[in-house]
Amino acid sequence: MINDMSAGYIWTIIIVLGVGTYLIRFSFLGLIGGKDLPEWVLRHLRYTAVAVLPGLVAPLVLWPAANGGDVEPARLSAALVTFAVGLLTRNVVAAITLGGVTLFGMIWLLGAY
Amino acid sequence: MSGATQKSYYWLGFRTGVPFLLVVVPFGLLFGVIATEAGFTSIQTMAFSSVVFAGAAQFTALQLMAEDAPFLIIIATALAVNLRMAMYSASLAVWLGKAPLWKRALIAYVNVDQSYAVSINRFEDEPDLTLSQRISFFFGAVTPVCPMWIVATGLGIWVGDTIPDWMALDFAVPICFLAIIAPMMRTLAHMIAAVVSIVLALALAGLPYNLGLLVAAAVAMIVGAQVEILMDRRAAK
Repeated sequence: MINDMSAGYIWTIIIVLGVGTYLIRFSFLGLIGGKDLPEWVLRHLRYTAVAVLPGLVAPLVLWPAANGGDVEPARLSAALVTFAVGLLTRNVVAAITLGGVTLFGMIWLLGAY
Repeated sequence: MSGATQKSYYWLGFRTGVPFLLVVVPFGLLFGVIATEAGFTSIQTMAFSSVVFAGAAQFTALQLMAEDAPFLIIIATALAVNLRMAMYSASLAVWLGKAPLWKRALIAYVNVDQSYAVSINRFEDEPDLTLSQRISFFFGAVTPVCPMWIVATGLGIWVGDTIPDWMALDFAVPICFLAIIAPMMRTLAHMIAAVVSIVLALALAGLPYNLGLLVAAAVAMIVGAQVEILMDRRAAK
């Protein structure tokens, strides 16, 4: 938990992230206007989201803190269902819904709580 | 369609944006709940959502803060999550680059995944739209989504502790992320980049300062770009 972080530290993170994010969003719209970017830059930018987010999620799925960092069947199956539904339907809402149903269904079946 | 007024393009954008409330509201609510639980004050949580205004990066930062990652790693990783917006910015600039600076400044602030996706689809489908029709459509599309992101965060703070354990709220973040990632698997290059990211992030989980994720992301990005080149070459043959 973040209890031991000072308010100043949290505010610094908020402000630096806010300014950084804004500069990223403004970058080409603001400074370059309509001009084209070099193709190799665009080619790398196309993969930023799929390069960061899966790596961020993988440990949370395989080693959930709620289970002391061990594989937990309800969470693992919910993750697989969410991803499969998202892949097949390309529908974010459907994926979240069915993933949630799987999670609660499995928790109920396993009597985890 | 191209004869339609500016106002009707605003409402067309608005209607196109409405379904995204189904994603934005639960995601914002969740951020409110989790940030509060992690020890943020209500004001800090609201400021986070309104200043940074980027769900995935906010959750990333929160997660790394909870893991006691160092300051620079938190900033670098969360900003890396947002790097995709540089791509949005570049591709929107092609269509909106001639707008006055203050409008471009505002467009940049509210440029989120959903508004970008529906706007760029519309601009490419109807390349004859005037600049003001495009701007109207864009602002129409963000109107239902953006204010509700902040309202939903507030709701999350308010609901906060009343959410019981069996709701397994810890797992709402991975589920949201997975639901966002899955539809991004458009090409073989995207899939390979994602697999590289997962494998390296797991393999390097032991690196100090949560450097593993940053290394995994950088390598995955390069691999994705290289696979794309290979596939293009193969297609050209």
